[in-house]
Amino acid sequence: MKHLSEEELVEAYYGGLPEEGARHLAECEACRVFFERQSEVLDAIREYPVPERGPGYGGEVWTRVLPQLPAQRKQRWWQVWMLVPAVAALLALAFVAGRWTERTTAVAGIPEKARERVLLLSLSEHLERSQIVLAELANGTAGSSDLLEERDRARELVGANRLLRQTAERLGDTKDAAVLEDLEHVLLEVANAPDTPTSEDATRVQRSIAENELLFKVRITSTDARERGLRL
Amino acid sequence: MEWTDAEAAREAQLGNQQAFRVLVERHSRALFRLAYRMTGNEHDAEDLVQESFLRAYKQLAKFNERAAFGTWLHRICVNCSLDMIRARKTRREIQNKVEDERAGNWLEQVAAPGPSPERLMQSSQVTELLEPALNNLSENERAAFILRHYEGSNIEEIAQVLGVETSAAKHSVYRAVHKLRRSLAPAWGAAR
Repeated sequence: MKHLSEEELVEAYYGGLPEEGARHLAECEACRVFFERQSEVLDAIREYPVPERGPGYGGEVWTRVLPQLPAQRKQRWWQVWMLVPAVAALLALAFVAGRWTERTTAVAGIPEKARERVLLLSLSEHLERSQIVLAELANGTAGSSDLLEERDRARELVGANRLLRQTAERLGDTKDAAVLEDLEHVLLEVANAPDTPTSEDATRVQRSIAENELLFKVRITSTDARERGLRL
Repeated sequence: MEWTDAEAAREAQLGNQQAFRVLVERHSRALFRLAYRMTGNEHDAEDLVQESFLRAYKQLAKFNERAAFGTWLHRICVNCSLDMIRARKTRREIQNKVEDERAGNWLEQVAAPGPSPERLMQSSQVTELLEPALNNLSENERAAFILRHYEGSNIEEIAQVLGVETSAAKHSVYRAVHKLRRSLAPAWGAAR
C-alpha cells in the first residue's frame, strides 16, 4: 500500500486533499497517526499570541501616517482652466441623465442630438487636454521632474475622466470606455506620484503610455468624437 | 452613510485623504496582527503597519476596484515584511544555526505520543519555541505559512503574493510545516 506523502498530509490538514487521498487517510492507520501528530502541532500554534491593539489603534496609526502622506497641493490660478473638462463632463452627464428619463417623462425641450453633441465635444476636449499631459510625459527625458510637473494636471483630469468613462459605459460605447479606462489608469498613476518621484517612477509611466499605445488611441478617439459631435 | 472599502478606495484614489483615513482606521488592527506574525516583534510590526499604509497610498492607482481592499493591503504588508526580513537575513541565519542545534532528533520525538496541545499551550513551551521556529523558516516559507495558517489564504493567493508558481507556493507551505514540526518537537518530547 502506498502511503500519503508528507506534502499530501499537509494538504490534508488545510482541506486540500483529493477524495482518493482522504479515503486512504481514513483507512490507513500509519498515515492517520502521522496526520494526527502533525495536526496536534499545527493546532497548538494556531493561537499564536499577538499583542492586542485597542479599538483606538486605527486612529493612532492615522496620526502617524498622515504627516507622511504626499501633501495635497493648493489650487493655483493657472490651473483653473483644468476644471473646464470636469464641469463640461458634469454637464454632459446631466444631459445624458435627461436622455434616460425622457423615455418616461417629457424633458425640457432640449433635443437629444444637442445632448449627444455636448457629450461628444466634452469628451474630445477632455482627451485633448489629457493628450497634452501624456505627450509631456511620453516625450520627456524620463526625469522625475516631468512627473511632478504633470501630477497636478493629472489630478484635475482624473475626476472628469471617470465621469466620462462611466457615461460611455452606460451608453454601451465600449470602444470609448476602453480608451478612457486605459487613460484613467495612467492618470491615476501620475496623480498619485510621490513628492519625490524617482526616474524609475517616470520610466514606469512612460512604459504604461507606450505599452497601450495610449497617446495614439487618445488622439484618434478625440478626433473621432469631435467629428461626430460636429456632424450632429 | 458609511463608505464600503471599495467606495473609500475610489475616493482615496481621487485624493480624498479622509477616505483613506477610513481605510486606515478600519484595517490597522488586522494588519498589525499579520505584521506581528510576520516579524514576531511588536516594534517591527508597528513600523510595518505604517509603511504598508504609506505604500498603499502611493500605489492606490494600481488598486483594482474588483479586488478586496483588505487582501490587497495584506499583500502589501507581506511584501513590506519580506523586505524587512531579507534586510535582516544575516542576523537570522546566525539564529537559525543555534535553533537547528536545539531541534535535535525530531524524527524520534514526533513519532511518539504526547500530551494535548492545550496542556502544551498552558506550559507555554510551544509559544516559547514558536518564534525561533518561525525564524528558522526562509522568508517565503514564513510568509506562505502565515498566509495559509493564520490568514486562511489559498495556494493561488499565496502564489500571487509571493510572485511564484502555485507548485512553489504549495511547496513553501509544506517546507514550513515540516520545519516547524522539527523545531517544535522538543516541546512534545519534553512534555511527555
